[in-house]
Amino acid sequence: MSVGIISYGAYVPKYRIKIEDIARVWGDDADILKSGLMVNEKAVPDVDEDAATIAVEAARAAVSRSGIDAQRIGAVYTGSESHPYAVKPTSTIVAEATGTTPVLTAADFEFACKAGTAAVQACMGLVSSGMIDLGMAIGADVSQGAPGDALEYTAAAGGVAYIIGNKESELVAVIEDTYSFTTDTPDFWRREGMPYPEHGGRFTGEPGYFKHVTGAAKGLMDKLGTKPEDYDYAVFHQPNGKFPVRVSKKLGFSREQIEPGLVVPRLGNTYSGSCMMGIAATLDQAKPGDRIFATAFGSGAGGDAFSITVTDRIEEIRNNAATVEELLANPIYIDYARYAKHKGKIKVA
Amino acid sequence: MSVPRFWRKQIARYNLVGTRCKKCNEYFYPPRNMCPGCRREGEIEDFKFTGKGEVITFTVIHTAAEGFENQTPYVLGIIKLNEGPSLTSQIICEPEEVKIGMKVKPVFRKLGQAGERGMIYYGTKFVPDLC
Repeated sequence: MSVGIISYGAYVPKYRIKIEDIARVWGDDADILKSGLMVNEKAVPDVDEDAATIAVEAARAAVSRSGIDAQRIGAVYTGSESHPYAVKPTSTIVAEATGTTPVLTAADFEFACKAGTAAVQACMGLVSSGMIDLGMAIGADVSQGAPGDALEYTAAAGGVAYIIGNKESELVAVIEDTYSFTTDTPDFWRREGMPYPEHGGRFTGEPGYFKHVTGAAKGLMDKLGTKPEDYDYAVFHQPNGKFPVRVSKKLGFSREQIEPGLVVPRLGNTYSGSCMMGIAATLDQAKPGDRIFATAFGSGAGGDAFSITVTDRIEEIRNNAATVEELLANPIYIDYARYAKHKGKIKVA
Repeated sequence: MSVPRFWRKQIARYNLVGTRCKKCNEYFYPPRNMCPGCRREGEIEDFKFTGKGEVITFTVIHTAAEGFENQTPYVLGIIKLNEGPSLTSQIICEPEEVKIGMKVKPVFRKLGQAGERGMIYYGTKFVPDLC
């Protein structure tokens, strides 16, 4: 029996800050940063937006894109590293605001940048086993970067929701298989009560991102007997532009395969939404029959790889909600002072 | 605001659920449980508003009440929903962007919070509807 995506929805706040504006404050060279990170600007949440509001907007877009009865959703799982409450689920807020309550199971997921894809896998299991009809998996973040830290150039805001089901007529994309590669690798963390995360600098690269993305990606291709050339598109977690470009090349994917899903130069790293946003941007333009290879990465650390085939139904529902390209268009640029206000870095009371 | 007081009105705030009198086709938001026109002859049922509407009037707040200091300047307006009722809400846009008659649509936002330790209140605000 097939399992896969029956709908998806994305949300990106309308504000952006350019790398130049951040670099000016800290005396860094914007050109070096932009070419090194391959990021030009990042999305900034409004003063009244957080991971919960972003998750709700993405979830509502997913429900309206497919036109399903939200009461059919039997699980809502929200992945984030910036849940607004330390204790109290974001997913209950999402469930209430999308009209899926009260007969459902809900929980919040946390696995740095891959909490959203872990939620997708959980929904695949529940749907495949027959425990639920449909499941909604969300990755949403208003990620934090300490002032002056390297992360401040990329830590962005955005979210994506996927509704997972198994009725052939409803699937816009079949998830043929998924494969995870996980070890205990302390490349990035945030301790309880701390406002900003810490990271291992260059240690986040080879032993973190590259080991786990290649471990998951190769594992899935070996399992399925597929090769990079069997896929039309590829999406890899995008903490910056450099890492996904490098890992895709290492694995044998071309620049053309990753380009449609490479949203990070105009968006920044949306953490739990990152890889899921790349998949959404790819679904926005994929044709029926196209195959998408995707691998999310979460620090801590692990990789979740997915092999996806787009169905004919994509054409029917694609235009019922905003595309990622539409969400990225016409941003409002703000300077560092207003960015600091939006992110609560200025205390006014 | 106490936790139960917010929670009782949570669905109305999250999803713009009001009521409608089936007898006279009058819509109410916030929800009424009795139609003031039809009185005991009225037939009240829940109604979920689309949230589409237009700005009737607005003001720009520069000196905010406690808890909203970090949002100034912000726009507060009266929105007339397409189905009829009017409500007061923050309108999320630049102060120079808002106009009387401007079409708006709903968004899900933080309405406020009970300090650093208390609960966070979520609900509906409005943004310009450019479509």
